[in-house]
Amino acid sequence: MLARLVKQRLRPYLPYVLALTAFQLVSVIAQLYLPNLNADILDVGVITGNTGYIWHTGGWMLLITAFQICAAVGAAYMGARIAMGVGRDLRGAIFAKVGSFSAREVNHFGAPSLITRSTNDVQQVQMVVLMGCTLMISAPIMMCGGVVMALKEDVGLSWLMVLAVVVLGTVISLIVRKMVPGFRLMQKRIDLVNRVMREHLSGVRVIRAFVREPYERERFTRVNNSLTDVAIRVGALMMTMFPSVFLVMNASTVAIWWFGSHQIDQGSVQIGSLTAYMTYLIQILMSVMMATFMFMMIPRAAVASERITEVLDTEPSVAPPKTPLRPSRLRGVVELQDVSMEYPGADAPVLKGVSLRAEPGQTVAIVGSTGSGKTTLISLIARLFDTTAGTLKVDGIDIHDLDPDQLWGHIGIVPQKAYLFSGTVASNLRYGNPNATDDQLWAALDVAQARDFVEHMDGGLDADISQGGTNVSGGQRQRLCIARALVARPTIYLFDDSFSALDLATDRRLRAALAPHVTQATVFVVAQRISTIITADQIVVLDDGAVMGIGTHDELLLNCEAYQEIVASQLGGEDAA
Amino acid sequence: MSISTTRRPVRQRGPMMGIGAADKPMNFKGSAKRLIGLLAPQKTRVIIISVLTVSAVVMNVISPRILGAAVDKIFSGAVGGAMHVPAGTTKSAVVAALRARGEGTRADMLSRMDFVPGVGVDFGAVGKILSIVLVLYLVASICQLIQARMLNYAVQTTMRGLREDVEAKVHRLPLSYLDGQPRGELLSRVTNDIDNIGQSLQQTMSQLLFSGLTVIGVIVMMLTVSLLLTLLALVAIPIVMLVTGQVMKRSQKLFAAQWKHTGELNGQIEETFSAHELVKVFGRRREVDATFSEKNDELMTVSWRAQFISGLVMPVMMFVGNLQYVAVCVIGGLRVASGGMSIGEITAFVQYSRQFTQPLTQMASMVNLLQSGVASAERVFEVLDAPEQSEEAHGTLPHTRGRVDFQDVCFSYTPDKPLIEHLALSVNPGQTVAVVGPTGAGKTTLVNLIMRFYELTSGRILLDGTDITQIPRADLRSRVGMVLQDAWLFHGTIRDNIAYGRIGATEEQIQQAAEATFVDRFVHSLPDGYDTVIDEEASNVSTGERQLITIARAFLADPAMLILDEATSSVDTRTEVMLQHAMAALRSDRTSFVIAHRLSTIRDADTILVMEDGRIVEQGNHLDLLEARGAYFRLYMSQFEGAIVDEDDDDPNTMTRV
Repeated sequence: MLARLVKQRLRPYLPYVLALTAFQLVSVIAQLYLPNLNADILDVGVITGNTGYIWHTGGWMLLITAFQICAAVGAAYMGARIAMGVGRDLRGAIFAKVGSFSAREVNHFGAPSLITRSTNDVQQVQMVVLMGCTLMISAPIMMCGGVVMALKEDVGLSWLMVLAVVVLGTVISLIVRKMVPGFRLMQKRIDLVNRVMREHLSGVRVIRAFVREPYERERFTRVNNSLTDVAIRVGALMMTMFPSVFLVMNASTVAIWWFGSHQIDQGSVQIGSLTAYMTYLIQILMSVMMATFMFMMIPRAAVASERITEVLDTEPSVAPPKTPLRPSRLRGVVELQDVSMEYPGADAPVLKGVSLRAEPGQTVAIVGSTGSGKTTLISLIARLFDTTAGTLKVDGIDIHDLDPDQLWGHIGIVPQKAYLFSGTVASNLRYGNPNATDDQLWAALDVAQARDFVEHMDGGLDADISQGGTNVSGGQRQRLCIARALVARPTIYLFDDSFSALDLATDRRLRAALAPHVTQATVFVVAQRISTIITADQIVVLDDGAVMGIGTHDELLLNCEAYQEIVASQLGGEDAA
Repeated sequence: MSISTTRRPVRQRGPMMGIGAADKPMNFKGSAKRLIGLLAPQKTRVIIISVLTVSAVVMNVISPRILGAAVDKIFSGAVGGAMHVPAGTTKSAVVAALRARGEGTRADMLSRMDFVPGVGVDFGAVGKILSIVLVLYLVASICQLIQARMLNYAVQTTMRGLREDVEAKVHRLPLSYLDGQPRGELLSRVTNDIDNIGQSLQQTMSQLLFSGLTVIGVIVMMLTVSLLLTLLALVAIPIVMLVTGQVMKRSQKLFAAQWKHTGELNGQIEETFSAHELVKVFGRRREVDATFSEKNDELMTVSWRAQFISGLVMPVMMFVGNLQYVAVCVIGGLRVASGGMSIGEITAFVQYSRQFTQPLTQMASMVNLLQSGVASAERVFEVLDAPEQSEEAHGTLPHTRGRVDFQDVCFSYTPDKPLIEHLALSVNPGQTVAVVGPTGAGKTTLVNLIMRFYELTSGRILLDGTDITQIPRADLRSRVGMVLQDAWLFHGTIRDNIAYGRIGATEEQIQQAAEATFVDRFVHSLPDGYDTVIDEEASNVSTGERQLITIARAFLADPAMLILDEATSSVDTRTEVMLQHAMAALRSDRTSFVIAHRLSTIRDADTILVMEDGRIVEQGNHLDLLEARGAYFRLYMSQFEGAIVDEDDDDPNTMTRV
């Protein structure tokens, strides 16, 4: 998965990759050539006492060193460009993909998970690409080059080289093999500690109210100990790595001198060649070590790339039509015929066989208990989901044939969870209508009963709003969301439980002000309070996804049992009149 | 709340971790001292670690020198063995002969060497030296291994202790402190920062000492070989320091910019994904895409620059190392040729110069790591040093009957904004008190004060005549059951979450509580029933269902007093009606405080408190208050026209914010 993803994302950077490889090649060859020249200095210059040769070769070494740094700098440049470019492209791809998702896909992954995937997971892959650019390419070159150069010295100790590489490889892979699952376990335990801690912070009132501090402390101690245990174990393994590696390297040096001394004694090998051979061997062993490190990073990045690919491979369930219809103006006649909606894998549909018709100027209220499908119905009209059966028409056109942007341009939605964007009050209000004038904004605020508090905010329309709107109260947030929908001047309004955080008086004033504002529009209102919906032209009573009754308040009071129950529950029986 | 907390993206880690400009500690020296002080309980271990480190370094450092002696032996053997001269010819004769032939340089070199013409390599001597070196290397590695493992143990244990301390601290902190801290911020201190401290402590402890000693050791050894070459090598120190310093300075700035941009981009991603529907329906895709693309590009540019600049350290170090290598080779070669040095010395010196630059670079980068570690430590210490809630009193509470008195109670979250002023109230045992009023009136605060979640500014609250500050908090709270609007459940099964209400509850008791509170009804529609694990991300139970579980928990706890703070706000009205009966059973014979939003509950209460701006503006039963035609009457009339009393979320955060 990781390989596929990286390969695919590296394609646009092919020239960079080629340049990087070239740079690495030059750099490594230069690095490898230096000991060779040093050997010459010793064997030819020093032993024959040829000072001229020493100076000459020294000059060459200097030149090669200069070459080497240029190549290394070039490689660092290319590596940084490639890795960060791949990171950017991945982020862009995920962002675009999520943009094409319908609410269903977003719910499937969950917004927090999508955020982690496009930030932290991309970071992981980016790191692996970066390491790959430096280690993955240079280690094999170093290794092959080292072997070639070492063999060229022809000291007849190839068996020693093979032995050293095998021993080192075995030692490292044994350690790494044990370490990788350890790392995974450790990550899990870290998550566990973090979760318990998070629960302690978020549930501090409940914990104190139930006097469960001793229990919670014990719980924390348990996860803390389990984390420490595995951290000590993994750490100990990691700590074994370097001393072992150094031991293998140093032991091979000693071995080379011992076995090499015999060859020198026989005159078959020069002392300089032996020194060079040793340097090459160390370099080979180093590259083996580097390569192993690289493999250590891969498991984590592999998990990340799986999570990224999962997003990128998900097809949005709501696809725009191939030949979209773009009527210039929608009046807002909404018609549902036997509409059903079912989540894939769920055993019961969320909505079944819903039929209703709403004309411009009408208000349709939707009531029902939690989980009865009210929000789903609203989402279907906004085409955030697609129906699984039946047809949904706007102005007589099947919603599947409409250009989604065209449709959305005519819809004003106030979601259940009042959400504001970071920015200012004005930037939020203009969200659906960037060209609205300040007067229009104030007018909308008037209707939404939000003028007073906006005037009192520091900066008025230009007052800062933090992300999500957390710096205003729940009721204020809701009113700003309503004003935002009003500024967009849509033909279809969708209020999803948008008055719940308002006190009754405000709710009443707001509805009174809203009425003249929406005479030309089709209004859908999801509400809990009977008072909010009592005047609606149609009230749709949902229960478990099915329509239990459609009609006015008075009609439903007479003939809809579910509605009677809802009214009774709110007015305490005898008051319901 | 465990369920709905949005998961903040974990602070980015990686090699560039914690180099941000904001990571500069305020009081480096003091905090570093305190950080090191954390290791005090491990004193013996730390001493052993230091001794082992010193031994390992000494052995590592002298080994090449001894190895050099072996090389000399080999070389002289090779030279001697290669001379086909009659046995018994002396070294001086050979040198003289060379000089006579005009090979002065070669003669100079040989005169420095200890060889016997005609005699080859003395394998016995070489073998002996090599064995010594091998043993030294082996012992050094073992020392290193032991010290690294001990250090690992010491650091991990210390970090465990630190986590434990912070966790214990959380339970001693006053709620007002916890309210005032963004939760993510506090969490990050406990997790990321402690993690960072551990990493930097381990790395600096093991490397700073090792690298520092190695540099010193190597310099000493180099001096024993050649003063000239050592001076040459020492030139590298300022160069290395200068270059690393410059590069670090530049890359630090860039990394800070990178984190800033990452933060901005993450913020935008978070916002766009969280409000996915709004972006679509309000037709903002294009603008959002454009801003994202711009920010994404900016991030890429600063990232590659940061990466590139910091990536220069290695090549530059290698370059300096190579220059040194060349210099040593050339000058050393010339010296050997002139007889000023032996060939073994030069091979040893080459090895030393290789060992020299690496620890230098490491020390330079340690400084950053240490800085970020100390900065993290400061943030953790800040939590540990925060003032704690007042000492526990040792009074005892008589058997609770449930009389509650507020005597001239004043309270505010912030000194300049008085919230509750001179509040007086008496509640008889067994009474149900309903609290109504608009947002910010202080309803939640009132009941929180009974739980002693906050300390009064002045006045007293008495429970059955005993001042609640005179008894341990645990005693007080164990008599009171509380259900909050914010349905807090922990990651665990539904059964465990209900059982949380009472230690050692039996299966039947849990079952009974679940049935009484309608939890049982929906649990059966879940695939795993009571063993369903409440999930953090996936919402496998709805908000209303979560509230029911918390009610079941309080039901199971069977407390002497009950506080219901908007406990059913997310439960649909029909379920609530059924729940009312169960709640009525729960409330009977107990003093209960109910912050409610359904008229039927309020109407049946023995006393209704109407709160406005932290004061009780009206108090009485339903009929009395209606007759009074005051605030309650107005509320009721709007209710009659409508249905439900205000549902405002009424948590202290909103109050202090606005």
